Amino acid sequence: MIFKRGTSQRRLTLVATFLRWEWLLILLFAAAFIVNALLSPYFLDTRNLFDMTFIFMEKSIIALPMAFIIISGNIDLSVASTLAMSAVLMATRFQAGWNIWLAVLFGLAVGALGGLLNGMMVAKMRLPSLVVTLGTYALYRGIAFVVLGDRAVTGFPSQFLHLGQGYVGDTPVPVPLVIFAVLAILFVLLLHRSTFGRFVYAMGNNEEACRYSGVAVDRIKILLFTLSGLMSALAAIFLTARFNSTRPNIAAGFELEVITAVLLGGVSIFGGEGTMPGVVLALFLIGLVSRGMRLKNIAGEIQTIVIGSLLILAILLPQLLRRLTPRVRA
Amino acid sequence: MASSTDQTSRRSLFSLVAGVRETGIFAFIVLLIAIVSLRSPYFLTVENFRDILLDTAVLIIVAIGQTMVILTRSIDLSVASGLALSGMVVGMTVSSHWGLPPLVALLMGIGIGIALGGFNGLLVTKGHVPPIIATLGTLSIYRGLTFVVSGGAWVDAAEMPDSFKWLARDTTLWVPNLVLFAAIVAIVFYYFLNHTRTGREIYAVGSNPDAARVAGIPVDRIVFLVYVLSGVLFGMAGVLWVSRYASAQSDSAMGFELQTVAAAVIGGVNIFGGSGTIPGVLLGSLLLGIIINALNLVRISPFWKLAVQGLIILLAVVSDVLISRRLQRALTLRRAG
Repeated sequence: MIFKRGTSQRRLTLVATFLRWEWLLILLFAAAFIVNALLSPYFLDTRNLFDMTFIFMEKSIIALPMAFIIISGNIDLSVASTLAMSAVLMATRFQAGWNIWLAVLFGLAVGALGGLLNGMMVAKMRLPSLVVTLGTYALYRGIAFVVLGDRAVTGFPSQFLHLGQGYVGDTPVPVPLVIFAVLAILFVLLLHRSTFGRFVYAMGNNEEACRYSGVAVDRIKILLFTLSGLMSALAAIFLTARFNSTRPNIAAGFELEVITAVLLGGVSIFGGEGTMPGVVLALFLIGLVSRGMRLKNIAGEIQTIVIGSLLILAILLPQLLRRLTPRVRA
Repeated sequence: MASSTDQTSRRSLFSLVAGVRETGIFAFIVLLIAIVSLRSPYFLTVENFRDILLDTAVLIIVAIGQTMVILTRSIDLSVASGLALSGMVVGMTVSSHWGLPPLVALLMGIGIGIALGGFNGLLVTKGHVPPIIATLGTLSIYRGLTFVVSGGAWVDAAEMPDSFKWLARDTTLWVPNLVLFAAIVAIVFYYFLNHTRTGREIYAVGSNPDAARVAGIPVDRIVFLVYVLSGVLFGMAGVLWVSRYASAQSDSAMGFELQTVAAAVIGGVNIFGGSGTIPGVLLGSLLLGIIINALNLVRISPFWKLAVQGLIILLAVVSDVLISRRLQRALTLRRAG
């Protein structure tokens, strides 16, 4: 009896593995890769392949904590605004004559503080993260506008620009890619190999049960939002360094693409489900798709239609897949 | 038994919160008017109040739609993009068909709104896409479509017939049409929400979807309906917007969805669904309109607008929680004593 159950379950896991979201992503990734290669003869050049990653590393850095937050059953709509706020405050400090690295630290602190405020309101006041971060989405972007108006700050020192535009030594590997890779490994370990990660999943599945089991739910929430703010500030540094300029409307609409990537990566919007490798795959997939669209000179507005549709499809497709799965099992 | 008393105390709690909130906002509006009129004498003039009402009218119309969606525990982030799309399509149509009667243009906008709102509703009810994700997606899709249909071009004042421009700019019996439209919408939906079966079902779905389902209320159909109604209102608002400003642009009303959520939340609409009133939303929209107007008059840089909006959303939801915790404690004490 037990044996039988075991084998049937193994068969089920096999089917489940076969139908795993990540495989679909790999397939889509391969398809996008081939389409890109057909679109441009220069695409398959090593340097070009590496350079391509520049344009989506900032979003990728923000997507890492966003995956945690959505798995825990929350959402953070304020990431792009936090990015703008810390970019602008960092830039104005630099303009005021601060040492650039001091200004960078200041920017990181601002981002973490913004995230901390989100987390406090969500955890301590028991407010829905959706409404809190919709409020700070306006507030933080608003602060960026109040501070800088319609001006822009440019003229950053070259060591700083190296962060966003440079390569590691003589290799064709971009600095942001390396930093993202290190962060991604840390986040994978944190989510899939630590108690903290297990708690994040558990919170997404049943927050009340976690609370009664003695999990420090509030502290984890505050930590997650603070981390999200900090990573947004880090992305602000890379983005500013890449453009050698910052303005209050920087990164407008990033939250949409970041959330899209996370959901496309197989994270359930209802919490409790999803993996880091899936999210990383989805990030590179979206990067490839937007690269292809750029190559074909497709207008940015149409690209947003594509991203918006992807976001909705990322929810609709798994449902269809789930509806198909029982038939396969039978 | 215990649960039924719990339910009644919850309901009385909600109405108490709403009561405190409405008087609170009203008091705040009076205070704000007093302070600003000290700083700027122009503030307390008939013309300025006419301006405030005109600026707030479109917000009221769209915020009422947003309110009905929030009442069912959903949200509609696509209202501003939908408004722009409906306004753009209608603007382009009147510029190529000068003979089109303005009311037909208005109906056309409403029709487009129904289609867009219906699509949102389908995604949420049939596709089981969570409201925030569905409408975040259509926010960019509708905005992108606005750009696609217009090719990025504007429809400006010279391309529109005067009859169309007068739709939102004329007055009827000394009342500006725009204000009249908002008043009609407010009265119609006040009656709908309070005195019709479907209106009451909207509240029922929001306060307890499971109980509503058990009671035989077609929950999905109600949720679909509120999205369509939101579409009707933003579709209509799109036409009025283009008529008032005599221009249709693909970036019209960018970020306006925030204002509608803010107006609803400030007006005491509960973000957890199930409670909120039309008078509350009117007060919330007016407060927002007065603040924005006051910022201009006191010559505070327009860059403050966004930050103030965010701050006020946060203040509204935080004060809601504080007030309801207070009241909850008071109620518990009263019951114990």
